[in-house]
Amino acid sequence: MSDVIDQVIPQVPATPEAKPARLPKRRGTGGGVSRTAYVFLGIAVVISVFPLYYMFVIASAGATAVTSIPPRLYPGTQFFEIAAKVFDTVPFFAALMNSVFVSLTVAIVSAIMCAMAGFAFAKLHFPGRNLLFLIVIMTMTVPAQLSVIPQYLIISQLGWVDTLQAIIVPGLASAFGIFWMRQHMSTTVSDELIQAAVLDGANSWQMFWGIAFPVVRPAAFVLGLITFTGVWNDFMWPFIVLKSPELFTVQIALKQLQANRTIDVALAMGGSFLATLPLLIVFFFVGRRMVSGIMDGAFKG
Amino acid sequence: MSSATATLSRIKRKAPLQKTIRIRNSLSERIAPYAYIAPFFIIFLIFGLFPLLFTFYVSLFEWNPIGEQTFIGFGNFERLFDDGRFWNALLNTFGIFLISTIPQLLLALFLAHLLNHARLRWANFFRMALLVPYITSVAATAIVFAQIFDKNFGFVNWLLGLVGLPSVNFLATNYGSWILISAMVMWRWFGYNTLLYLAGLQSLPREMFEAASVDGASSWQQFRYLTIPALRPVIVFTVIMSTIGGLQIFTEPLLVSPESGLTCGAGRQCQTLALFLYEQGFGQFQFGYGSAIGVVLFVIVVLVSLLNFYLSTRTRKAN
Repeated sequence: MSDVIDQVIPQVPATPEAKPARLPKRRGTGGGVSRTAYVFLGIAVVISVFPLYYMFVIASAGATAVTSIPPRLYPGTQFFEIAAKVFDTVPFFAALMNSVFVSLTVAIVSAIMCAMAGFAFAKLHFPGRNLLFLIVIMTMTVPAQLSVIPQYLIISQLGWVDTLQAIIVPGLASAFGIFWMRQHMSTTVSDELIQAAVLDGANSWQMFWGIAFPVVRPAAFVLGLITFTGVWNDFMWPFIVLKSPELFTVQIALKQLQANRTIDVALAMGGSFLATLPLLIVFFFVGRRMVSGIMDGAFKG
Repeated sequence: MSSATATLSRIKRKAPLQKTIRIRNSLSERIAPYAYIAPFFIIFLIFGLFPLLFTFYVSLFEWNPIGEQTFIGFGNFERLFDDGRFWNALLNTFGIFLISTIPQLLLALFLAHLLNHARLRWANFFRMALLVPYITSVAATAIVFAQIFDKNFGFVNWLLGLVGLPSVNFLATNYGSWILISAMVMWRWFGYNTLLYLAGLQSLPREMFEAASVDGASSWQQFRYLTIPALRPVIVFTVIMSTIGGLQIFTEPLLVSPESGLTCGAGRQCQTLALFLYEQGFGQFQFGYGSAIGVVLFVIVVLVSLLNFYLSTRTRKAN
C-alpha cells in the first residue's frame, strides 16, 4: 500500500531538522558562477517584481500615466489620494477585514486539524490507516471547481449563501495539509519520544498536544502561511457564494473596482496593489521560511 | 517537551526500548485515531466527495435552481458534444495550457539549474524574489497584465513598437488572448516550479556535479546530461499538476477585461472550460448542463492522473 502512495507522490527526503533551512553551503553544481548566470537570474527577478512595481507606478501617478507613451516607469506622488478613492468607491476596508478574518481562521484551524490527522497517520496504528491515507492522497488531485454547482446547492440548503462560513468551513479540509503534516510528523518526531510518553502513561491526546505538536510547530506555521495565502487569493468560490458588498473579500472587491476600469485604471491598480500589500509585508518577514517550506515539503500542493 | 525529555532519560536508565509503540488498550484510545482524522473526513464528505458524486446526478437533469428538475438521461451530454461553444472552450483550455506550461517549465528548469550553483551569492534573495508572483492574487495579476498588454498604451506593445513591429490587440483574437492569459499563468507559477526543481536538484549527490566539473563538462553539458535525467520524476509531476491547474483557469479570463464578461470576448476567444461551466451554471442558471461540463472536467482529470501513474511507474522501472 505504501508503495502505491510512493508512486502517486514523488517523495523528497524532508530535512530532518525543523529549523528553516539555512542554505546548505556546499551543495549543487561545482565550479565558479559565471557572470551570465547572474544576468539571467537578474532578469528573472526583474520579471517577477515588475508587475507589482508597475501597479504601484500607475496607482501613484494617476490617470495620465495610463495613457502616456512611452509608458511611465517611475512612481508619482498621488498614491494616498488614489488609495483614499479606492476606499471610497467600494467598501475596501470591510473587504480587507473580511479577508483577514477568513484567511486567518482557515489557516489556524486547518493547520491544527491537519497536524492532528498527520499525527494519527504518522504515529498511531489503527485498522484502515493506509486505506484512509490513500483516500486523502487521491483527493489531492481532484479540483474542487468541477463540482461547484452541487457545492452551491449544499451551501444554500444549509442557508449559508452570502455568509463568511460558506468560505471558511469547506476551506478547512486540506488533503495537502494532512500529507504535509504527516511527512513532518514522521521525520521530526522521534518514536523514542512517543514511546517514552506511552510508558509514562500519557494518552494519545497528551502525546499529540504535549509532545508532537510543539516539535512540528515550525512546519505547521509554514503550512498556515501557505493556506493563508491561498485563501486570501481565492477568487472563484467567494465570487459564487458572496452577494452583499459588505461581505466581499478583497479579491471580489477588486472585481468591483475593475468593473469601471475603462473609466479609471489607476483605481483598479491601486486596489490591486493594496490587496497585495498585506501579503507582501508578511512575506518580507517570513518569506525565507516559506521558501524553505515549499522546497522541503515540496511535492506538492 | 522538557518533561518528555526527562521521561526519556528516565526510561533509558530503567528499561530497554520496545520496538513498537503500544498505546493503552482502552476503548477511548482505540477510537482516538479516528477522532483525529474525523474533522477532515466529515468536511471532505460534505463539501468534497458528496458534491462530486452529486455532480454526476445533477448532470442527468434539466435542473433550474429556482424551477423544475426534469430527468433527461444523457441529454445534457448529447447537447454538450454538439455544442460548438464547448469544443471552443476545450480548445482554449488546452491551447492556454500548452503555451503556458511548456515554456514555463523549461524556464523553471533552467533557473533551478542556475540557482543550484554551490557558490552562488544572494541565493536567498533570488529564491524569495522568484516567489513574489506566487503571493500575488490571480485577480490582481489579471488587472495589471491587462494594462501591460493593453492594445493602445501597453508596455508590451510599446516594446513591439521599438523593434518596428505593429501593435497587437491581444484580446481580439484566439491566439492573442491565449498568449495574454498564458503570460499571467507563467508569471505566477514559474518561480514556484523553479523552487520545486531546485529542491529536487539539491537531493542529488553533489559529487555527481563535482565529478562532471572536474572532467571538464560544461555547464550546458551538466544541465543536459545530469540535471534533466535526474529530475525526470519531478518533471512528470509538475507537468501533471500544471495540467490539473490549467483545467481550472477561471479568474484570468474573467478579469482580463471589464467588457469581455463571462464569455471572455464576443467571439469567446479565451473562454476556458471552467469559465464556460460558470457561465452555464450561474450565468444562465442551467445547473444540469453546467454539471455535465463538470463531469467532463472530472474525466479529463482522471485520465491525466492515470497517465501520471503510468509514467511515474515506467520511469521508476527504467531507473
